[in-house]
Amino acid sequence: MELMLEGIVKAFQLVFGGEAEVWTITWLSLTVSGTATLIALILGIPLGIALAMTRFPGRGVAVALVNTGMGLPPVVVGLFISIMLWRSGPLGFLNLIYTPTAMVIAQVVIAFPIVAGLTMAAFQTLNPRLRLQLLGIGASKLQLLWLLCKEARLPLLAAVMAGFGGVISEVGSVIMVGGNIKGQTRVLTTATVLETSMGNFGTAIALGVILLTLAFGVNFILTRIQQREQVRWPRPS
Amino acid sequence: MAEALLTLEDILTQYGDVPILEVPSLEVHVGEVLAVIGPNGAGKSTLLRIMGLLEQPARGKVAFRGQEATRENALNLRRRMASVFQEPLLVNASVYENAALGLKLRGLDRRTIEQQVRPWLERLGIAHLAGRAGRSLSGGEAQRTSLARALALAPELLLLDEPFSALDPPTREGLLLDLETILRETRITTVFVTHERSEASILGDRVAVLMQGKFRQVGPSIEVFTQPVTEDVAQFVGVETQLPGLVHSVTDGLARVRFPGGEADVAGDFCAGERVLLCLRPEDITLSPPGSEALRSSARNRLAGAVVKVTPWGSHFRVVVDCDGSRLVALITRPSFTDLGLAEAKPVVASFKATAVHVIRLR
Repeated sequence: MELMLEGIVKAFQLVFGGEAEVWTITWLSLTVSGTATLIALILGIPLGIALAMTRFPGRGVAVALVNTGMGLPPVVVGLFISIMLWRSGPLGFLNLIYTPTAMVIAQVVIAFPIVAGLTMAAFQTLNPRLRLQLLGIGASKLQLLWLLCKEARLPLLAAVMAGFGGVISEVGSVIMVGGNIKGQTRVLTTATVLETSMGNFGTAIALGVILLTLAFGVNFILTRIQQREQVRWPRPS
Repeated sequence: MAEALLTLEDILTQYGDVPILEVPSLEVHVGEVLAVIGPNGAGKSTLLRIMGLLEQPARGKVAFRGQEATRENALNLRRRMASVFQEPLLVNASVYENAALGLKLRGLDRRTIEQQVRPWLERLGIAHLAGRAGRSLSGGEAQRTSLARALALAPELLLLDEPFSALDPPTREGLLLDLETILRETRITTVFVTHERSEASILGDRVAVLMQGKFRQVGPSIEVFTQPVTEDVAQFVGVETQLPGLVHSVTDGLARVRFPGGEADVAGDFCAGERVLLCLRPEDITLSPPGSEALRSSARNRLAGAVVKVTPWGSHFRVVVDCDGSRLVALITRPSFTDLGLAEAKPVVASFKATAVHVIRLR
């Protein structure tokens, strides 16, 4: 218990003590995981919609792959991306290993199947006949997709939260492809691992508290959006 | 000839190798209500989806005011029609926003939308629900919202796919009568699909009978109900008595037809020796006790028989009479049922006019 208290005190010292490093780490965590989530959404939502709404040969395999991907172990992703990006690897010429870009790539691979899988599930809960009804009152193909996304917005936001939650908290892949380089690729999770291994439990707990606060803050905002009552009343005539 | 709003030509739809719908040609005229009736699985909904440009047929052509539908103009043509389905699916928003959705999709401004939506909410009796969540409505209210959503678009063609079949009887009757008034007053060209012949006869100017993917008969409502062209159409439109017989003799425009268990005179131009099917609607057959010859009615044909089965039929009784092997079905009111004291196995005389009989020539 003493350790926890010490950690919480330490956290306040770190955040408000004018020390720049913890801010750098927190900011990098947020930008790397935020960017990765955004890219995963851009790729995953269309794939999820396509899997939910179309039938094509090989769809079953694709669905199984996405579902497996939702539980992809970050260390395996880290290993795979490392092999690809190593100087001697097939993508070594890009010089990306141990950069934040490499970390984003790894986290996209982790978050993308989560987003795609949950998007698919979200669209499968919609009544398939809604599509015809919306087309039947004159929706274009794009308007149809937009309306369906609006209908599925609650589970879609859950997909965003699950994707972001999955990558902000993972350590396995970012430590492998990022290398935990101070000031460059060190994020909250890798810093926590480092401090713990060095016996600085207070600092480690402090970092953990900051991470939790960050995750809570982002999810709180998304939840507020998700649960907002959408029914608008018309102005009285 | 009335002007055609929508024309189908040489339409074929199939799932795999099984043809679902085959329409060599069909015209929907400007201002008419065309009721399409047929049993479940006849291809009615497929027909409506093809008309609404929501499904592409394997073959054939759909034209709207003479303009053939293509991939390029489909959205523009679709926006001149509106569809209403059996199950009113609303989006997760208020009744007002649901009714306004189609206009919003067309990019109209708020004021124009309000001007077009409000009157329809009033007209359909759901103005007081405008702010309610679409998901919280009863089936009837949701279907009214769905109708407002379509009518607010002022469509040139309204496509209704069994809009009442999911509703309970009182709700359905209320909405049916409201819709009848609306269609009569606005003269919106409408294609109305149903498996309920009563709905078809209330709304339809013309009735088209669709069976197993093909139109069996298309014509004015009264004609289809009283003069079906084939046996199965007769069965479907409610002609329950069908007597196969042979024309025995012809005198003064009346043909005497013999069938198992009796003879009857029918009006029409027939030759002796022709094989025919006599069709009688249950409301055209009257029943009387045997031996009441004094009560001479204008009915020319009288057949003696016995009651086989009596079924309460809403406000009427449906009585099946066996006349030496020929079965007749009559629909009689509760008072006359009580007066006649009918019961199973009781003898009875069934009579009908020569002109009430519709005759189908058999080949």
